[in-house]
Amino acid sequence: MTAGGRNRVSRSRREARAGLAFIAPALALIAVFFVIPVVAGFLLAATDFDIYAVGDPATTRFVGLGNFATLLHDPVFWKALGNTFYFVLVGGPLSVAVSLGAALLVNARLVRCKGLFRTVYFAPVVTTMVAVAVVWRYLYHPRFGLLNQLLALAGLGPVNWLGDPRWAMPAVILMAVWKNFGYNMIIFVAGLQSVPATIYEAARVDGAGPWQQFRRLTLPALRPMLVFVGVITMVGYFQLFTEPYVMTNGGGPLNATLSIVMYMYKQGFRWWNIGFGAAVALVLFLIILVGTLVQLRLQKGRE
Amino acid sequence: MAAGDRPTHRLATPSIGCRWGALAAGALAGALLAACGDEAARKTKLQFWALGREGEVVQKLIPAFEAANPGVHVEVQQIPWTAAHEKLLTAFAGRSTPDLAQLGNTWIPELVALGALEPLGGRLAKSRVNPRDFFPGIWATNEIDGEPYGVPWYVDTRVLFYRSDLLARAGVKRPPRSWEEWRNGMRSVKALPGGEHYAILLPTDEWAQPVVLALQAGADLLRDGGRHADFKEARFRTAFEFYVSLFAERLAPPLGNAQVANLYQQFADGYFAMVITGPWNLGEFRRRLPADRQGDWAVAPLPAVTETDYPGVSLAGGSSLVVFGASPHKDAAFRLVEFLTDARQQARFYTLTGDLPARAAAWDDPALAGDPKLQAFRTQLEHVRPMPKVPEWERIATAIAEAAERVILGNQTEDRSLDQLQIEVDRMLDKRRFLLDRKSGGGGR
Amino acid sequence: MRRWPALVGLHLALGIVAVATLLPFLWMLSASLMPAGEASQWPPSFLPSRPTLENYRALFHRLDLGRCFLNSAFVAIVSTALALLIVSLAGYAFAKLHFPGRSRIYRALLTAMVIPAQVAMLPLFLLLREVGLVNTYWGVIIPALAPVFGIFMVRQYALSLPDELLDAARVDGAGEFTIYRKLVLPLLRPILVTFGVFSFIGAWNDFMWPLIVLTDDRKYTLPVALANLIGEHAQDIELMMAGSVLTVLPVLLLFLVLQRTYVEGLTMGGVKE
Repeated sequence: MTAGGRNRVSRSRREARAGLAFIAPALALIAVFFVIPVVAGFLLAATDFDIYAVGDPATTRFVGLGNFATLLHDPVFWKALGNTFYFVLVGGPLSVAVSLGAALLVNARLVRCKGLFRTVYFAPVVTTMVAVAVVWRYLYHPRFGLLNQLLALAGLGPVNWLGDPRWAMPAVILMAVWKNFGYNMIIFVAGLQSVPATIYEAARVDGAGPWQQFRRLTLPALRPMLVFVGVITMVGYFQLFTEPYVMTNGGGPLNATLSIVMYMYKQGFRWWNIGFGAAVALVLFLIILVGTLVQLRLQKGRE
Repeated sequence: MAAGDRPTHRLATPSIGCRWGALAAGALAGALLAACGDEAARKTKLQFWALGREGEVVQKLIPAFEAANPGVHVEVQQIPWTAAHEKLLTAFAGRSTPDLAQLGNTWIPELVALGALEPLGGRLAKSRVNPRDFFPGIWATNEIDGEPYGVPWYVDTRVLFYRSDLLARAGVKRPPRSWEEWRNGMRSVKALPGGEHYAILLPTDEWAQPVVLALQAGADLLRDGGRHADFKEARFRTAFEFYVSLFAERLAPPLGNAQVANLYQQFADGYFAMVITGPWNLGEFRRRLPADRQGDWAVAPLPAVTETDYPGVSLAGGSSLVVFGASPHKDAAFRLVEFLTDARQQARFYTLTGDLPARAAAWDDPALAGDPKLQAFRTQLEHVRPMPKVPEWERIATAIAEAAERVILGNQTEDRSLDQLQIEVDRMLDKRRFLLDRKSGGGGR
Repeated sequence: MRRWPALVGLHLALGIVAVATLLPFLWMLSASLMPAGEASQWPPSFLPSRPTLENYRALFHRLDLGRCFLNSAFVAIVSTALALLIVSLAGYAFAKLHFPGRSRIYRALLTAMVIPAQVAMLPLFLLLREVGLVNTYWGVIIPALAPVFGIFMVRQYALSLPDELLDAARVDGAGEFTIYRKLVLPLLRPILVTFGVFSFIGAWNDFMWPLIVLTDDRKYTLPVALANLIGEHAQDIELMMAGSVLTVLPVLLLFLVLQRTYVEGLTMGGVKE
């Protein structure tokens, strides 16, 4: 072997050693603090590990799929499931639509101070959800809240936003959309800017109106972004927790804002039905997985 | 390699320096924070969890204890009632329980079943705390299988707080004595002219009110030694129907605690004329209601189902002081328990909070004996019924409130709601049934 | 000209959305400066009658929120610093260092991203309990130190580093760690700043996990303290608003100062997916 060859071999071995060493801290952390708990979660979901077991593990019983059976028979679980889907299927598209609208506004050619508007629209995204939920809890107050005052100016009656089972979830959705429309907007703006203005010029010369330009030019250009934004938003929205926790003390009127994660938190960390809570978490995982695959499949089908 | 090939080297130092600098700053801050906490490291540090308003106020009593016990430093952590049960269980599950805590006496069976509390029989025998000084019904709530696990700190029961001026204006001459009289009185108050108002506030997310009504009707709530739910029987149904009808008639607003912006403000405004609440609100009402309203409110024992049974029973509630089994300072913690349950401290605590002393002797203190509003509580305390002493009580009580909420706020019928409640609670008691049967199957009981 | 109506209409729409976006914050600020009870008066007022700092004083003196502010700062800074180290090492290694199983491990990590954190939470709590990390700052910090999304970000960026530079350093006899420290880190600076900002803001705003892990109110981070406050002080709107302002201000300021980097980082992640 030539000297260069020997160097190359020892170099690649050195590189390999370094590579493994560099990823070791991350992998160790992920293994210990994520992989092991996830596996344990699967195991716990098959037991009735609860607060008695926390004190005395010998009282644990193996229940196989029993937790899932209980889950399917619990009307509160179905309510939580329904609420979460309500939030995702209404809030998700609404959030994406508002973000797209804002992106189109901000990106329009005639706009001055683009940066300023972008900053303003993005500000709610970085703020702490708890603080925002606290503020909106008071904005929604039936008597003194700002929202009902504005409605009164328009001559509309006061709405018991967080106390009425019909309005509680829409109230949460409105707040969630307000909070993160800026995030998706930024991504859309980047996508819009990747379309050169000359293409629009050509289309206008060809006689295409603004709506046709939008449908034929803008939307296709934004397709990859829409998929990304859609999946990210959906996954995030399925994990709804902080808003119901702060704004409606957990479940809301008639559990109208009880989400799956909130249900898991109550069962697991409030009542310490750990086995049952683990089962709920697995159901959440399954839902997110299926939802993601469905979205990706839909997008692939359209192409 | 030419020297000019690595211009980026210049940028290296500030960037890396920045990062390690941040790390060092963080570590320093952490060390400082840790150090600050260990100031009194040489003393015995007691962690004392106190709940709600008591948590804020008890801090005032601590200096006297620390003066009398120079080796001990007490750290009071104040926890809101709404989060207390959860935090206690979390602390137990996470092995981070405090040394001693204030505990609602309905939670004692639960924590004893988990093995979290230190049995106090031995320590009590050697101390100056005498069980006979306390209201017997209250002391009993602290005993599990004959062993005391807590010392009653203050007693709590629920009575009727009402706007005497509004009731008078509605033609209600005396506080109601029967459910019938009560309902008629509420209708009269509701019929008064004026803006939107109600007769009584019954927060839909509270379980105390429906449970009290059930106890008044004679329902047991559970049967077979707490193994099964018993919500479909006639007495519970009567109480449940009465409670729910108050909302159907719009005598009570369909609001939960979260939607009531300011209880005191709205009571003063006459938004509602009655509320069932406890002794801590004596102090709060005096503090928070405007001066010109202080003459317009009064307190009375609860009405009973029929007038002959007046006054109706109420909750045998209250808080006890408990010591946790995992505490490394049990003796010091017990000394604090003795101190706080001393008759003089109890009287002093009363003046600060309005909480009623569990020790009968403290009631003779002029501060209490001279207060007319306290008579209602004194009377009521002689008519209290305990709640089922099962560890699952907190969950069961929450489920009862939710069952009522489903009928009040939604359109579920009472039958469906009670069916669902029955099934839910039976399921909650499943583990208890299993453990009890296992214990008796082992030839123990 | 023909463009006037479009111009005005456009800016009007933009303005309305801006007002709708800012209104909650403005009310939050305004109410925090109101004396106690004024926010729940009838008829309600938008501006304080006489601005006062009493709510902020109460937060710091009576309720010890200054301590929670420091807790949040400590957790966020330490989290960010350590995560930067771990993530930059791993991201660079996945991009530029050849070792057996590299692509398989990386793909496994990416698929792990699909699993929501909630699946791990309950067992993770029990695990922390066994090692005595419940109710400690480290119990909050450690589980979040190796975010796969961060590794992804750094790797994407590191892929564009010139191999020749690295090879030249190797020929010069530099060890791998030295190459990382002296050559790679400075080159990664832009993405590290972006990730650092994400990480800091994320750690500052984190709610569910600190809520679960911390039981001692002196260790609470701001979001948990704020949620706790509402349990006892739901009636005191002005106080709660002051607490919200305190929680929101640092991340808002950080964002305003570093917004360009933050936004760049977002779009890079989105476009290059």
